Amino acid sequence: MQVVDSGIGELIQPPDMEAFREWNRTQKSRTLIDKRMSEREAISRFVHDGDYIGTELYGTVRCPMSLSRELIRQGKKELRVAGQGVLELDMWLAAGLVKKLDITYIGMEVYGVSNGLRRAVESGQVESVTEWSNAGITWRFKATSIGAPFIAVRSMLGSDTFKYSAAKSVECPFTGLTVCLIPALVLDVGLIHVHRADRYGNCQIEGISGFAFEMARACKRLVISAEEIIPTEEIRRYPDRTIIPFYLVDAVVHAPFGSHPGEMAYMYARDEPAIQEWIEANKTAEGAQAYMDRLVHGVADHEEYLERVGRQRLDELIEMRERRE
Amino acid sequence: MTEYSSTELLICIAARVFENGKTCFIGTGVPMLAASLAQRLYAPDLVAIFEFGGTGAQLEDLPMAVGEARTFHKALAASGICDIMETAQRGFIDYGFLGGAQIDPYGNLNSTVIGDHGSPKVRLPGSGGGNDVGSLCWQTIALMRHDKRRFVPQVDFVTTPGFLTGPGAREAAGLPVNTGPIAVISTLATMGFDSDTCRMQLEALHPGVTLEQALDNTGFELLLPTEVKRNAHPTAEELRVLRDEIDPTGLYI
Repeated sequence: MQVVDSGIGELIQPPDMEAFREWNRTQKSRTLIDKRMSEREAISRFVHDGDYIGTELYGTVRCPMSLSRELIRQGKKELRVAGQGVLELDMWLAAGLVKKLDITYIGMEVYGVSNGLRRAVESGQVESVTEWSNAGITWRFKATSIGAPFIAVRSMLGSDTFKYSAAKSVECPFTGLTVCLIPALVLDVGLIHVHRADRYGNCQIEGISGFAFEMARACKRLVISAEEIIPTEEIRRYPDRTIIPFYLVDAVVHAPFGSHPGEMAYMYARDEPAIQEWIEANKTAEGAQAYMDRLVHGVADHEEYLERVGRQRLDELIEMRERRE
Repeated sequence: MTEYSSTELLICIAARVFENGKTCFIGTGVPMLAASLAQRLYAPDLVAIFEFGGTGAQLEDLPMAVGEARTFHKALAASGICDIMETAQRGFIDYGFLGGAQIDPYGNLNSTVIGDHGSPKVRLPGSGGGNDVGSLCWQTIALMRHDKRRFVPQVDFVTTPGFLTGPGAREAAGLPVNTGPIAVISTLATMGFDSDTCRMQLEALHPGVTLEQALDNTGFELLLPTEVKRNAHPTAEELRVLRDEIDPTGLYI
Protein backbone atom coordinates (compact mmCIF):
# COMPACT_ATOMS: atom_id res chain seq x y z
CA MET A 1 0.00 0.00 0.00
CA GLN A 2 1.56 3.26 -1.17
CA VAL A 3 1.57 6.22 1.23
CA VAL A 4 0.23 9.21 -0.70
CA ASP A 5 0.71 11.87 1.94
CA SER A 6 1.74 12.13 5.60
CA GLY A 7 0.73 14.61 8.26
CA ILE A 8 3.69 16.39 9.87
CA GLY A 9 2.17 16.53 13.36
CA GLU A 10 3.84 14.61 16.17
CA LEU A 11 2.39 11.17 16.84
CA ILE A 12 2.30 11.91 20.56
CA GLN A 13 1.30 8.43 21.70
CA PRO A 14 2.44 5.86 19.08
CA PRO A 15 0.17 2.81 19.22
CA ASP A 16 1.59 -0.56 20.26
CA MET A 17 -1.21 -3.06 19.82
CA GLU A 18 0.79 -6.10 20.98
CA ALA A 19 1.70 -4.27 24.19
CA PHE A 20 -1.95 -3.28 24.63
CA ARG A 21 -3.10 -6.90 24.25
CA GLU A 22 -0.43 -7.97 26.76
CA TRP A 23 -1.54 -5.22 29.14
CA ASN A 24 -5.14 -6.35 28.85
CA ARG A 25 -4.04 -9.94 29.49
CA THR A 26 -1.87 -9.29 32.51
CA GLN A 27 -2.94 -5.99 34.10
CA LYS A 28 -6.73 -6.05 33.91
CA SER A 29 -8.59 -8.21 36.41
CA ARG A 30 -11.45 -10.43 35.26
CA THR A 31 -12.57 -10.86 38.85
CA LEU A 32 -15.51 -8.98 40.30
CA ILE A 33 -13.77 -6.87 42.92
CA ASP A 34 -15.07 -3.83 44.75
CA LYS A 35 -13.35 -0.84 43.14
CA ARG A 36 -15.10 1.94 45.03
CA MET A 37 -12.82 4.69 46.27
CA SER A 38 -12.66 8.47 46.67
CA GLU A 39 -11.64 10.94 43.96
CA ARG A 40 -8.45 11.50 45.92
CA GLU A 41 -7.46 7.85 45.95
CA ALA A 42 -8.46 7.21 42.31
CA ILE A 43 -6.48 10.14 40.90
CA SER A 44 -3.53 9.46 43.18
CA ARG A 45 -3.33 5.77 42.23
CA PHE A 46 -4.19 5.84 38.54
CA VAL A 47 -3.00 9.19 37.14
CA HIS A 48 0.73 9.89 36.98
CA ASP A 49 2.81 12.86 35.87
CA GLY A 50 3.50 12.59 32.14
CA ASP A 51 0.54 10.30 31.47
CA TYR A 52 -1.38 10.39 28.24
CA ILE A 53 -4.93 11.14 29.45
CA GLY A 54 -8.43 11.62 28.04
CA THR A 55 -11.80 12.72 29.40
CA GLU A 56 -15.33 12.07 28.17
CA LEU A 57 -17.86 13.59 27.24
CA TYR A 58 -16.81 17.22 27.55
CA GLY A 59 -16.88 20.22 29.83
CA THR A 60 -20.52 20.96 30.27
CA VAL A 61 -22.04 17.59 29.40
CA ARG A 62 -21.62 14.42 31.50
CA CYS A 63 -18.05 15.44 32.22
CA PRO A 64 -15.96 14.02 35.08
CA MET A 65 -15.57 17.44 36.68
CA SER A 66 -15.07 16.20 40.25
CA LEU A 67 -12.18 14.04 39.00
CA SER A 68 -10.84 16.90 36.85
CA ARG A 69 -10.78 19.24 39.85
CA GLU A 70 -9.11 16.58 42.00
CA LEU A 71 -6.43 16.16 39.33
CA ILE A 72 -5.68 19.89 39.58
CA ARG A 73 -5.71 19.67 43.37
CA GLN A 74 -3.04 16.98 43.21
CA GLY A 75 -1.06 18.94 40.61
CA LYS A 76 -0.60 16.04 38.17
CA LYS A 77 1.62 17.59 35.53
CA GLU A 78 3.29 17.29 32.11
CA LEU A 79 0.13 15.62 30.90
CA ARG A 80 -0.32 14.63 27.31
CA VAL A 81 -3.98 15.07 26.48
CA ALA A 82 -6.55 13.98 23.89
CA GLY A 83 -8.16 17.35 23.46
CA GLN A 84 -11.88 17.40 23.13
CA GLY A 85 -12.85 19.68 25.90
CA VAL A 86 -14.54 22.65 27.38
CA LEU A 87 -14.32 23.47 31.10
CA GLU A 88 -12.10 20.57 32.20
CA LEU A 89 -9.30 21.13 29.68
CA ASP A 90 -9.62 24.91 29.89
CA MET A 91 -8.91 24.51 33.63
CA TRP A 92 -6.01 22.06 33.19
CA LEU A 93 -4.45 24.37 30.62
CA ALA A 94 -4.97 27.38 32.89
CA ALA A 95 -3.34 25.41 35.71
CA GLY A 96 -0.30 24.74 33.48
CA LEU A 97 -0.62 20.95 33.67
CA VAL A 98 -0.57 20.15 29.94
CA LYS A 99 2.60 19.48 27.94
CA LYS A 100 1.31 18.04 24.66
CA LEU A 101 -2.04 18.10 22.93
CA ASP A 102 -3.84 15.99 20.37
CA ILE A 103 -6.48 18.62 19.75
CA THR A 104 -9.78 18.56 17.99
CA TYR A 105 -11.69 21.29 19.82
CA ILE A 106 -10.97 23.15 22.98
CA GLY A 107 -13.31 26.09 23.30
CA MET A 108 -16.24 27.35 25.30
CA GLU A 109 -18.94 26.84 22.63
CA VAL A 110 -21.39 29.76 22.93
CA TYR A 111 -18.88 31.67 25.06
CA GLY A 112 -16.15 31.58 22.41
CA VAL A 113 -12.47 30.69 22.58
CA SER A 114 -10.71 28.96 25.48
CA ASN A 115 -8.49 31.49 27.17
CA GLY A 116 -6.67 28.64 28.89
CA LEU A 117 -5.79 27.21 25.49
CA ARG A 118 -4.83 30.60 24.09
CA ARG A 119 -2.42 31.45 26.90
CA ALA A 120 -0.87 27.98 27.05
CA VAL A 121 -0.33 27.59 23.29
CA GLU A 122 0.53 31.18 22.35
CA SER A 123 3.15 31.35 25.13
CA GLY A 124 4.68 28.05 24.03
CA GLN A 125 3.94 26.42 27.38
CA VAL A 126 2.28 23.55 25.50
CA GLU A 127 5.22 22.05 23.61
CA SER A 128 3.41 20.19 20.85
CA VAL A 129 -0.01 20.49 19.23
CA THR A 130 -1.26 17.88 16.76
CA GLU A 131 -4.56 18.55 14.96
CA TRP A 132 -7.46 16.15 14.37
CA SER A 133 -11.10 16.41 13.41
CA ASN A 134 -13.67 15.42 16.00
CA ALA A 135 -14.47 12.20 14.15
CA GLY A 136 -10.74 11.69 13.60
CA ILE A 137 -9.87 11.62 17.28
CA THR A 138 -12.90 9.48 18.11
CA TRP A 139 -12.04 7.05 15.32
CA ARG A 140 -8.58 6.78 16.89
CA PHE A 141 -10.33 5.45 20.01
CA LYS A 142 -12.44 3.24 17.78
CA ALA A 143 -9.36 1.74 16.12
CA THR A 144 -8.03 0.83 19.57
CA SER A 145 -11.47 -0.42 20.56
CA ILE A 146 -11.53 -2.88 17.65
CA GLY A 147 -7.93 -3.82 18.45
CA ALA A 148 -6.49 -2.61 15.14
CA PRO A 149 -3.49 -0.28 14.68
CA PHE A 150 -5.39 2.11 12.40
CA ILE A 151 -8.73 2.75 10.78
CA ALA A 152 -9.37 3.98 7.23
CA VAL A 153 -11.72 6.95 6.87
CA ARG A 154 -12.73 9.60 4.33
CA SER A 155 -12.52 12.71 6.49
CA MET A 156 -9.66 15.21 7.02
CA LEU A 157 -8.28 14.71 3.49
CA GLY A 158 -6.86 17.70 1.59
CA SER A 159 -6.91 20.06 4.59
CA ASP A 160 -4.34 21.60 6.93
CA THR A 161 -6.10 19.68 9.69
CA PHE A 162 -4.63 16.61 7.93
CA LYS A 163 -1.27 18.28 7.29
CA TYR A 164 -0.75 19.11 10.98
CA SER A 165 -2.09 15.74 12.15
CA ALA A 166 -0.20 12.46 12.40
CA ALA A 167 -2.52 10.75 9.91
CA LYS A 168 -1.44 9.33 6.54
CA SER A 169 -3.28 8.96 3.28
CA VAL A 170 -2.92 5.88 1.11
CA GLU A 171 -4.43 4.44 -2.02
CA CYS A 172 -7.02 1.84 -1.00
CA PRO A 173 -5.94 -1.59 -2.36
CA PHE A 174 -9.57 -2.60 -2.94
CA THR A 175 -11.12 0.48 -4.54
CA GLY A 176 -8.29 2.78 -5.57
CA LEU A 177 -9.78 5.60 -3.50
CA THR A 178 -7.40 7.78 -1.52
CA VAL A 179 -8.29 7.16 2.12
CA CYS A 180 -7.08 8.67 5.38
CA LEU A 181 -5.46 6.31 7.87
CA ILE A 182 -6.06 7.27 11.47
CA PRO A 183 -3.69 5.65 14.00
CA ALA A 184 -5.03 3.91 17.09
CA LEU A 185 -4.74 5.91 20.32
CA VAL A 186 -4.15 3.98 23.54
CA LEU A 187 -4.70 6.17 26.58
CA ASP A 188 -2.59 5.61 29.69
CA VAL A 189 -5.63 6.69 31.66
CA GLY A 190 -9.18 7.80 30.93
CA LEU A 191 -11.78 9.56 33.08
CA ILE A 192 -15.48 8.97 32.35
CA HIS A 193 -18.53 10.13 34.28
CA VAL A 194 -21.70 8.03 34.05
CA HIS A 195 -25.21 8.01 35.43
CA ARG A 196 -24.94 4.70 37.27
CA ALA A 197 -22.32 2.10 38.08
CA ASP A 198 -22.11 -0.86 40.39
CA ARG A 199 -19.19 -1.38 42.78
CA TYR A 200 -17.33 -3.44 40.15
CA GLY A 201 -17.56 -0.78 37.45
CA ASN A 202 -20.43 -1.95 35.23
CA CYS A 203 -21.78 1.33 33.87
CA GLN A 204 -25.03 2.71 32.49
CA ILE A 205 -25.44 5.99 30.63
CA GLU A 206 -28.66 7.80 29.68
CA GLY A 207 -29.15 10.02 26.66
CA ILE A 208 -26.43 10.36 24.05
CA SER A 209 -23.36 8.24 24.71
CA GLY A 210 -20.82 10.63 23.13
CA PHE A 211 -17.66 8.57 22.74
CA ALA A 212 -17.82 6.67 26.04
CA PHE A 213 -18.08 3.25 24.37
CA GLU A 214 -14.96 3.77 22.25
CA MET A 215 -12.84 5.62 24.80
CA ALA A 216 -13.54 3.14 27.61
CA ARG A 217 -12.12 0.42 25.35
CA ALA A 218 -9.03 2.48 24.47
CA CYS A 219 -7.65 2.97 28.00
CA LYS A 220 -4.96 1.10 29.89
CA ARG A 221 -6.43 2.45 33.12
CA LEU A 222 -9.99 3.73 33.46
CA VAL A 223 -11.44 5.77 36.31
CA ILE A 224 -15.23 5.93 36.45
CA SER A 225 -17.21 8.43 38.46
CA ALA A 226 -20.93 7.85 38.80
CA GLU A 227 -23.93 9.82 39.97
CA GLU A 228 -25.30 6.68 41.62
CA ILE A 229 -23.83 3.41 42.81
CA ILE A 230 -26.40 0.70 42.18
CA PRO A 231 -26.60 -2.96 43.22
CA THR A 232 -25.24 -5.47 40.73
CA GLU A 233 -28.73 -7.05 40.65
CA GLU A 234 -29.87 -3.87 38.86
CA ILE A 235 -27.08 -4.32 36.30
CA ARG A 236 -28.07 -7.96 35.81
CA ARG A 237 -31.73 -6.98 35.41
CA TYR A 238 -30.86 -4.65 32.50
CA PRO A 239 -27.66 -6.09 30.99
CA ASP A 240 -28.48 -4.42 27.66
CA ARG A 241 -27.82 -1.07 29.33
CA THR A 242 -24.21 -1.83 30.28
CA ILE A 243 -22.13 0.36 27.98
CA ILE A 244 -18.89 -0.11 29.96
CA PRO A 245 -18.34 -3.57 31.50
CA PHE A 246 -16.46 -3.99 34.77
CA TYR A 247 -13.26 -5.52 33.38
CA LEU A 248 -12.38 -2.21 31.65
CA VAL A 249 -12.60 -0.30 34.91
CA ASP A 250 -9.96 0.30 37.60
CA ALA A 251 -11.74 2.67 39.98
CA VAL A 252 -15.35 3.57 40.76
CA VAL A 253 -15.94 6.92 42.43
CA HIS A 254 -19.36 7.86 43.78
CA ALA A 255 -19.76 11.47 42.62
CA PRO A 256 -23.27 12.94 42.83
CA PHE A 257 -23.37 16.14 40.76
CA GLY A 258 -19.97 15.02 39.48
CA SER A 259 -20.50 16.93 36.23
CA HIS A 260 -21.29 20.27 37.93
CA PRO A 261 -21.29 22.99 36.60
CA GLY A 262 -22.14 20.84 33.57
CA GLU A 263 -25.26 18.74 33.19
CA MET A 264 -26.40 15.12 33.36
CA ALA A 265 -29.22 14.22 31.00
CA TYR A 266 -32.50 13.58 32.86
CA MET A 267 -30.85 14.29 36.24
CA TYR A 268 -29.84 17.94 36.43
CA ALA A 269 -29.32 20.92 34.13
CA ARG A 270 -26.15 22.87 33.51
CA ASP A 271 -25.49 25.69 35.97
CA GLU A 272 -25.21 28.68 33.66
CA PRO A 273 -24.10 31.31 36.22
CA ALA A 274 -21.47 28.90 37.58
CA ILE A 275 -20.13 28.30 34.06
CA GLN A 276 -20.06 32.04 33.40
CA GLU A 277 -18.19 32.55 36.67
CA TRP A 278 -15.30 30.41 35.37
CA ILE A 279 -15.40 32.01 31.89
CA GLU A 280 -15.20 35.44 33.48
CA ALA A 281 -12.43 34.42 35.89
CA ASN A 282 -10.34 32.81 33.14
CA LYS A 283 -10.10 36.02 31.13
CA THR A 284 -6.77 36.45 32.93
CA ALA A 285 -4.26 34.01 34.43
CA GLU A 286 -4.68 35.76 37.79
CA GLY A 287 -8.45 35.41 37.65
CA ALA A 288 -8.14 31.72 36.87
CA GLN A 289 -5.74 31.26 39.78
CA ALA A 290 -8.09 33.08 42.15
CA TYR A 291 -10.99 30.88 41.02
CA MET A 292 -8.97 27.71 41.56
CA ASP A 293 -7.69 28.93 44.92
CA ARG A 294 -11.30 29.28 45.96
CA LEU A 295 -13.16 26.38 44.33
CA VAL A 296 -10.47 23.77 43.62
CA HIS A 297 -7.61 24.14 46.11
CA GLY A 298 -9.87 25.93 48.59
CA VAL A 299 -12.03 22.86 49.14
CA ALA A 300 -10.84 19.50 50.45
CA ASP A 301 -12.94 17.35 48.17
CA HIS A 302 -16.05 17.12 45.98
CA GLU A 303 -18.34 17.00 49.00
CA GLU A 304 -17.03 20.34 50.22
CA TYR A 305 -17.29 21.73 46.68
CA LEU A 306 -20.99 20.80 46.63
CA GLU A 307 -21.46 22.50 50.02
CA ARG A 308 -20.11 25.69 48.42
CA VAL A 309 -22.57 25.33 45.53
CA GLY A 310 -25.35 24.85 48.08
CA ARG A 311 -28.24 22.40 48.37
CA GLN A 312 -30.77 24.97 47.22
CA ARG A 313 -28.91 25.58 43.95
CA LEU A 314 -28.50 21.84 43.34
CA ASP A 315 -32.26 21.37 43.83
CA GLU A 316 -32.92 24.12 41.31
CA LEU A 317 -30.70 22.34 38.78
CA ILE A 318 -32.63 19.11 39.33
CA GLU A 319 -35.85 21.01 38.76
CA MET A 320 -34.51 22.44 35.44
CA ARG A 321 -33.44 19.03 34.08
CA GLU A 322 -34.48 17.59 30.72
CA ARG A 323 -37.48 15.34 31.31
CA ARG A 324 -38.76 12.26 29.53
CA GLU A 325 -42.16 13.58 28.42
CA MET B 1 -41.63 47.00 8.57
CA THR B 2 -40.18 45.96 11.93
CA GLU B 3 -36.59 46.91 12.78
CA TYR B 4 -34.18 43.99 13.13
CA SER B 5 -30.52 43.30 13.88
CA SER B 6 -27.94 41.83 11.47
CA THR B 7 -27.98 38.58 13.49
CA GLU B 8 -31.76 38.31 13.20
CA LEU B 9 -31.48 38.87 9.46
CA LEU B 10 -28.80 36.18 9.16
CA ILE B 11 -30.99 33.70 11.07
CA CYS B 12 -34.11 34.43 9.00
CA ILE B 13 -32.29 34.15 5.65
CA ALA B 14 -30.62 30.90 6.77
CA ALA B 15 -33.96 29.47 7.97
CA ARG B 16 -35.34 29.72 4.43
CA VAL B 17 -32.61 27.38 3.16
CA PHE B 18 -33.75 24.31 5.15
CA GLU B 19 -35.91 21.79 3.28
CA ASN B 20 -38.55 19.52 4.71
CA GLY B 21 -37.55 15.86 5.03
CA LYS B 22 -33.82 16.52 4.78
CA THR B 23 -31.11 15.68 7.27
CA CYS B 24 -29.07 18.58 8.49
CA PHE B 25 -25.94 18.70 10.64
CA ILE B 26 -26.33 21.56 13.11
CA GLY B 27 -23.97 23.30 15.50
CA THR B 28 -24.88 25.67 18.31
CA GLY B 29 -25.56 29.36 17.79
CA VAL B 30 -27.02 30.78 14.57
CA PRO B 31 -27.53 27.41 12.74
CA MET B 32 -29.49 26.14 15.72
CA LEU B 33 -31.72 29.23 15.79
CA ALA B 34 -32.22 29.05 12.03
CA ALA B 35 -33.11 25.34 12.20
CA SER B 36 -35.57 25.98 15.02
CA LEU B 37 -37.20 28.78 13.02
CA ALA B 38 -37.34 26.57 9.92
CA GLN B 39 -38.95 23.72 11.90
CA ARG B 40 -41.69 26.06 13.09
CA LEU B 41 -42.40 27.86 9.82
CA TYR B 42 -41.07 26.07 6.75
CA ALA B 43 -39.75 22.57 7.33
CA PRO B 44 -41.55 20.77 10.19
CA ASP B 45 -39.98 17.44 9.25
CA LEU B 46 -36.43 18.75 9.15
CA VAL B 47 -34.19 16.13 10.77
CA ALA B 48 -31.73 18.02 12.98
CA ILE B 49 -28.53 16.09 13.65
CA PHE B 50 -26.04 17.00 16.38
CA GLU B 51 -22.54 15.59 16.39
CA PHE B 52 -22.54 13.90 19.80
CA GLY B 53 -25.57 11.76 19.00
CA GLY B 54 -28.87 13.68 18.82
CA THR B 55 -30.99 12.80 15.76
CA GLY B 56 -34.39 14.30 15.01
CA ALA B 57 -34.79 16.52 18.07
CA GLN B 58 -37.71 18.88 18.40
CA LEU B 59 -35.92 22.18 18.82
CA GLU B 60 -38.21 23.72 21.41
CA ASP B 61 -35.56 25.20 23.69
CA LEU B 62 -32.17 26.46 22.63
CA PRO B 63 -29.25 24.14 23.35
CA MET B 64 -26.18 25.87 24.75
CA ALA B 65 -23.91 22.97 23.76
CA VAL B 66 -23.83 20.39 20.94
CA GLY B 67 -24.05 17.55 23.45
CA GLU B 68 -26.61 18.82 25.89
CA ALA B 69 -30.01 17.27 26.50
CA ARG B 70 -31.91 19.74 24.34
CA THR B 71 -30.06 18.35 21.28
CA PHE B 72 -32.04 15.14 21.78
CA HIS B 73 -35.23 16.63 23.24
CA LYS B 74 -38.12 14.39 22.07
CA ALA B 75 -35.64 13.10 19.48
CA LEU B 76 -35.88 9.99 17.33
CA ALA B 77 -32.49 8.67 18.39
CA ALA B 78 -29.78 9.41 20.92
CA SER B 79 -26.59 7.62 19.90
CA GLY B 80 -22.96 8.75 19.92
CA ILE B 81 -20.42 10.62 17.85
CA CYS B 82 -19.24 7.59 15.85
CA ASP B 83 -22.79 6.79 14.73
CA ILE B 84 -23.34 10.38 13.58
CA MET B 85 -20.01 10.79 11.79
CA GLU B 86 -20.30 7.36 10.17
CA THR B 87 -23.82 8.24 9.04
CA ALA B 88 -22.36 11.32 7.35
CA GLN B 89 -19.60 9.19 5.83
CA ARG B 90 -22.22 6.79 4.38
CA GLY B 91 -23.91 9.70 2.59
CA PHE B 92 -26.98 10.14 4.79
CA ILE B 93 -26.50 13.78 5.77
CA ASP B 94 -27.74 16.25 3.20
CA TYR B 95 -26.67 19.58 4.62
CA GLY B 96 -24.14 20.84 7.09
CA PHE B 97 -23.81 24.31 8.55
CA LEU B 98 -20.35 25.70 9.18
CA GLY B 99 -18.66 28.78 10.53
CA GLY B 100 -15.15 30.04 11.07
CA ALA B 101 -12.85 32.96 11.70
CA GLN B 102 -11.82 33.15 8.04
CA ILE B 103 -13.19 32.04 4.66
CA ASP B 104 -11.46 32.20 1.25
CA PRO B 105 -12.81 32.38 -2.34
CA TYR B 106 -13.04 28.57 -2.51
CA GLY B 107 -15.06 28.35 0.69
CA ASN B 108 -12.22 26.89 2.76
CA LEU B 109 -12.67 27.74 6.44
CA ASN B 110 -10.23 28.43 9.25
CA SER B 111 -11.09 27.86 12.90
CA THR B 112 -7.65 26.69 14.07
CA VAL B 113 -5.04 29.48 14.16
CA ILE B 114 -4.45 33.06 13.10
CA GLY B 115 -0.81 33.24 12.05
CA ASP B 116 1.63 30.36 11.92
CA HIS B 117 0.64 26.97 13.38
CA GLY B 118 3.92 26.60 15.25
CA SER B 119 3.74 30.02 16.92
CA PRO B 120 0.20 31.31 16.43
CA LYS B 121 -0.88 34.88 16.98
CA VAL B 122 -4.27 33.58 18.07
CA ARG B 123 -4.95 29.96 18.94
CA LEU B 124 -8.58 29.21 18.03
CA PRO B 125 -10.52 26.16 19.28
CA GLY B 126 -9.70 23.87 16.31
CA SER B 127 -11.74 21.76 13.90
CA GLY B 128 -14.17 20.05 16.22
CA GLY B 129 -16.72 18.49 13.91
CA GLY B 130 -16.18 21.21 11.29
CA ASN B 131 -13.71 19.31 9.14
CA ASP B 132 -15.92 16.20 9.17
CA VAL B 133 -19.02 18.19 8.22
CA GLY B 134 -17.11 19.88 5.38
CA SER B 135 -15.66 16.55 4.24
CA LEU B 136 -18.63 14.20 4.55
CA CYS B 137 -21.97 16.04 4.23
CA TRP B 138 -23.35 16.34 0.70
CA GLN B 139 -23.61 20.12 0.76
CA THR B 140 -22.44 22.75 3.18
CA ILE B 141 -23.52 26.28 3.97
CA ALA B 142 -21.22 28.70 5.79
CA LEU B 143 -22.61 31.41 8.03
CA MET B 144 -20.25 34.38 8.43
CA ARG B 145 -20.00 37.94 9.64
CA HIS B 146 -18.94 39.85 6.55
CA ASP B 147 -15.76 41.92 6.73
CA LYS B 148 -12.28 41.99 5.22
CA ARG B 149 -10.66 40.23 8.17
CA ARG B 150 -12.96 37.26 7.65
CA PHE B 151 -13.28 37.17 3.84
CA VAL B 152 -9.61 36.74 2.93
CA PRO B 153 -7.73 35.73 -0.27
CA GLN B 154 -6.13 32.82 1.57
CA VAL B 155 -7.04 31.42 4.97
CA ASP B 156 -4.16 31.05 7.44
CA PHE B 157 -5.13 27.40 7.97
CA VAL B 158 -7.54 25.15 6.05
CA THR B 159 -9.37 23.65 9.01
CA THR B 160 -12.39 22.63 6.95
CA PRO B 161 -12.23 21.93 3.21
CA GLY B 162 -14.29 24.00 0.80
CA PHE B 163 -13.21 23.47 -2.79
CA LEU B 164 -9.55 23.49 -1.60
CA THR B 165 -7.52 24.85 -4.58
CA GLY B 166 -10.35 24.74 -7.12
CA PRO B 167 -12.09 22.39 -9.58
CA GLY B 168 -11.34 18.70 -8.99
CA ALA B 169 -9.22 19.30 -5.87
CA ARG B 170 -11.64 17.66 -3.42
CA GLU B 171 -11.90 14.48 -5.47
CA ALA B 172 -8.12 14.44 -6.05
CA ALA B 173 -7.60 14.58 -2.27
CA GLY B 174 -9.94 11.60 -1.83
CA LEU B 175 -12.99 13.42 -0.46
CA PRO B 176 -16.36 11.92 -1.49
CA VAL B 177 -17.48 12.99 -4.97
CA ASN B 178 -20.20 15.55 -5.59
CA THR B 179 -19.77 17.13 -2.17
CA GLY B 180 -18.79 20.67 -1.22
CA PRO B 181 -19.99 24.14 -0.31
CA ILE B 182 -23.12 25.51 -1.96
CA ALA B 183 -23.67 28.78 -0.17
CA VAL B 184 -22.26 31.40 2.15
CA ILE B 185 -24.75 33.47 4.07
CA SER B 186 -23.16 36.56 5.56
CA THR B 187 -24.39 39.60 7.42
CA LEU B 188 -24.37 41.48 4.08
CA ALA B 189 -25.31 39.04 1.33
CA THR B 190 -25.90 35.51 0.07
CA MET B 191 -23.19 33.96 -2.07
CA GLY B 192 -22.84 30.78 -4.12
CA PHE B 193 -19.95 29.22 -6.03
CA ASP B 194 -19.29 29.47 -9.78
CA SER B 195 -19.58 25.98 -11.24
CA ASP B 196 -16.59 26.35 -13.60
CA THR B 197 -14.05 27.95 -11.27
CA CYS B 198 -15.44 26.95 -7.83
CA ARG B 199 -14.93 30.57 -6.75
CA MET B 200 -17.35 32.47 -4.56
CA GLN B 201 -19.97 34.46 -6.43
CA LEU B 202 -22.39 37.05 -5.12
CA GLU B 203 -26.02 36.01 -5.49
CA ALA B 204 -28.19 38.38 -3.52
CA LEU B 205 -27.69 41.41 -1.30
CA HIS B 206 -29.50 41.77 2.00
CA PRO B 207 -32.03 44.61 2.29
CA GLY B 208 -30.36 48.03 2.45
CA VAL B 209 -26.90 46.72 1.52
CA THR B 210 -25.21 48.25 -1.54
CA LEU B 211 -23.02 46.35 -3.99
CA GLU B 212 -20.08 48.59 -3.00
CA GLN B 213 -20.53 47.68 0.65
CA ALA B 214 -20.39 43.96 -0.15
CA LEU B 215 -17.33 44.34 -2.38
CA ASP B 216 -15.50 46.71 0.00
CA ASN B 217 -15.93 44.24 2.85
CA THR B 218 -14.58 41.30 0.87
CA GLY B 219 -10.81 40.81 0.83
CA PHE B 220 -10.81 39.09 -2.56
CA GLU B 221 -12.47 39.48 -5.93
CA LEU B 222 -16.07 38.43 -5.51
CA LEU B 223 -17.50 37.14 -8.79
CA LEU B 224 -20.65 38.93 -9.92
CA PRO B 225 -23.68 37.35 -11.57
CA THR B 226 -25.41 38.95 -14.55
CA GLU B 227 -28.14 40.07 -12.20
CA VAL B 228 -27.65 40.70 -8.48
CA LYS B 229 -30.78 39.65 -6.62
CA ARG B 230 -32.08 41.15 -3.41
CA ASN B 231 -33.06 39.16 -0.31
CA ALA B 232 -36.41 39.94 1.27
CA HIS B 233 -36.69 41.53 4.71
CA PRO B 234 -37.39 39.18 7.58
CA THR B 235 -41.16 38.84 7.79
CA ALA B 236 -43.10 39.99 10.83
CA GLU B 237 -43.97 36.32 11.47
CA GLU B 238 -40.29 35.25 11.33
CA LEU B 239 -39.30 37.95 13.78
CA ARG B 240 -42.22 37.23 16.10
CA VAL B 241 -41.46 33.50 16.29
CA LEU B 242 -37.74 34.16 16.67
CA ARG B 243 -38.17 36.71 19.47
CA ASP B 244 -41.20 35.38 21.33
CA GLU B 245 -40.79 31.63 20.99
CA ILE B 246 -37.21 30.69 20.12
CA ASP B 247 -35.03 33.16 21.99
CA PRO B 248 -37.31 35.01 24.41
CA THR B 249 -34.46 35.81 26.80
CA GLY B 250 -32.36 37.35 24.00
CA LEU B 251 -29.44 35.01 24.49
CA TYR B 252 -28.33 35.18 20.87
CA ILE B 253 -30.38 37.89 19.19
